Amino acid sequence: MREIQEFTLDDLRHLVSPRAISGETMVLNMGPQHPSTHGVLRLIVELDGEIVVNVIPDIGYLHTGIEKNMEAKTYQKAEVMTDRIDYMYTMGNNLVYCLAVEKLTGLKSPPRADAIRVILAELSRLQSHLLWIGTSALDLAAMSVFLYAMREREQVLDIFELCSGQRMMTTYIRPGGLWRDVPAEFESAVRALVNIMPKRIDEYESLLTKNPLFLDRTRGIGKIDTKTCLKMGVTGPTLRATGMPFDYRKANPYCGFEQYDFEIPTQTSGDIYGRYLVRVAEMRQSVRIIEQALNKLPYGPVRDNNRKFVPPPRSEIGVSMEALIHHFKLWTEGFTPPVGSVYTAVESPRGEMGVFLESDGSPKPYRIHYRTPSVVLLQALPLMAKGHFVADLVGIIGSIDIVLGDTDR
Amino acid sequence: MGIDQKTGELGVVTTNLEKMVNWSRTNSMWPMLFGLACCAIEMMGAQASSYDMSRFGMELMRASPRQSDLMIVAGRVSQKMAPVLRNLYDMMPEPKWVIALGDCAACGGVFNNYAVVQGVDEIVPVDVYVSGCPPRPEGLINGVVLLHKKVTGEKFAKWK
Amino acid sequence: MNDFLSPAATALQKQFNAQVSEFRDEVTLTFAPDQVIPAATLLRDEFGFDILSAETAVDYYPQTSPRFHMVYIFYSTTTHQYINFRAALNGDNPVIATLESVYPNANWREREIWDLMGIKFEGHSDLRRIVLPPNWQGHPLRKDYPLGYEEVQHTFNFDDIDLRKPKGVRQP
Repeated sequence: MREIQEFTLDDLRHLVSPRAISGETMVLNMGPQHPSTHGVLRLIVELDGEIVVNVIPDIGYLHTGIEKNMEAKTYQKAEVMTDRIDYMYTMGNNLVYCLAVEKLTGLKSPPRADAIRVILAELSRLQSHLLWIGTSALDLAAMSVFLYAMREREQVLDIFELCSGQRMMTTYIRPGGLWRDVPAEFESAVRALVNIMPKRIDEYESLLTKNPLFLDRTRGIGKIDTKTCLKMGVTGPTLRATGMPFDYRKANPYCGFEQYDFEIPTQTSGDIYGRYLVRVAEMRQSVRIIEQALNKLPYGPVRDNNRKFVPPPRSEIGVSMEALIHHFKLWTEGFTPPVGSVYTAVESPRGEMGVFLESDGSPKPYRIHYRTPSVVLLQALPLMAKGHFVADLVGIIGSIDIVLGDTDR
Repeated sequence: MGIDQKTGELGVVTTNLEKMVNWSRTNSMWPMLFGLACCAIEMMGAQASSYDMSRFGMELMRASPRQSDLMIVAGRVSQKMAPVLRNLYDMMPEPKWVIALGDCAACGGVFNNYAVVQGVDEIVPVDVYVSGCPPRPEGLINGVVLLHKKVTGEKFAKWK
Repeated sequence: MNDFLSPAATALQKQFNAQVSEFRDEVTLTFAPDQVIPAATLLRDEFGFDILSAETAVDYYPQTSPRFHMVYIFYSTTTHQYINFRAALNGDNPVIATLESVYPNANWREREIWDLMGIKFEGHSDLRRIVLPPNWQGHPLRKDYPLGYEEVQHTFNFDDIDLRKPKGVRQP
């Protein structure tokens, strides 16, 4: 029978203050199963009455061994596992994996595929921010925002299901472009969403932004400044709320982001309220990008023509011998990229998400490592939470928007 | 010809004790919050506005295991989490049921490696398995309805 | 190699005797293991690479010397460039100094590398397992550790495997 393996106060001696060892402060466990820790996160909290003196996060309750498992599968089959790493930004995991494989092999994805990738990535970001606003407001006991946000989220998931058949883990973005072209109803569905979204975001703002209870619980709490953020490697809305206008979509553009016109929202307060305002403004900018991409959607193929890496369309297999042989080789053996290692990163709703991919010339990846933003955010949590009440700790965890699948992989 | 036909409009119903106990158990089964990974997002979606689970009696999710009677294991169970899961199951008072939501809880799912427990039925006894990766909210509701059917068929002899 | 990276790369190459290689527009500098900390300090102070993006390790199992390569990836928010460092370590007792004093971010990353690959970091403030249970034996991401693959139950072997699998019961 498995026993719970515990560590005692002696093991943590170097992390807690001397007052805990003498018994003056309490050391409590905010366990893996907790209504407001957004997944299985365990926090060991040292409390002086109600005030937090120290927070020690304990992760690993969702470790899945994805990196080792991907080394045992070919590049195409390994992509299925990438969806499940950050399960709130599902298209983004696929996107960064495909960008890394394309950089390694030298494939280029055509402009129509790039535009559709941008639309899907921004829809994913919108869906992640909607879930964030729902659950973090739920932590601060504003329950109606949750119900409204999930209603919009269902519309976004309907669009994903229209393209790929699956609501969340789509694996729709493949190396070389997309799996297949979007159906005819895609454009009208996205346009319907884009037309109603600004009014809905106004609704959420009217519930929270000027609400005195929300302001009391969020202003001045969980502050962090730019220098600490950069030292800890934190990027994303947390960094933008401290005043630095930095976004990977503008700094190292991918998938044609340089053609679209959008702003980087920033605030200067660095607390929970600032992060909330930054994310709400990001939702509006996402809607703007989707509208521009939809208006400019070019015609053309959606996959690269290089048959050594990209499977041929099914219609050709019945007619051409080379297409049949390419299909056979790709499905039984997989494609072989050149020897070398690459690193690519995209902007996920939490920060920088990157893939380090090293290949040794075989059809299976030799080493793949995901650089995920939730690890650095959790590392910075103790710096944000010192000196606040326990109830504020709940609000801070909600505002930094961690996903435990990201942290443990 | 039961008593209710003789008493008419007095507001009396007759039934047997098993049916009444099973009816009360199914119509107010409160699940425990045990969302681990991606399937938890679909469970939250099933609880929210479009696919409302409150219609089936699951009005709220209790965080404490001592106050709930259904454990929906939603997501992959890693080796570090397995003893915690068993501990929580032991803390729930009788009667209790378990739904394994999603492929990872049912059989290990996509992940066949050192870090994931291959099916949560290695640790706790499961009543209903819902498959899918992740299953649609309607799939979860189907699983809940199936569990209700199972519970309405329970008899005294089975209650220890 | 573009204009932003060449001053940093040439200065580091001259001072620490590193090898420079380029692949798909990415610059990688290979150092000896004890040169990594001074090089990283110079990179942060003089050339403005302020974020440690990623730190990881690669295992080349059948070769034992060198068996591991430590990979460090740095990013500069002012010039928007990435630069990679590599350091080769031996297989029998891989030890390298910790980067925590230069970039505090490296704390949890090095704990993860110790947990999954078994590379020890000298001077680390808190080296213990992070993603696996505290008394797990072995380092899973090494190439000689098995995947832990469980045999799939088809109809013909369903009952045999069922007898071997542990089953959860109501009372422990």
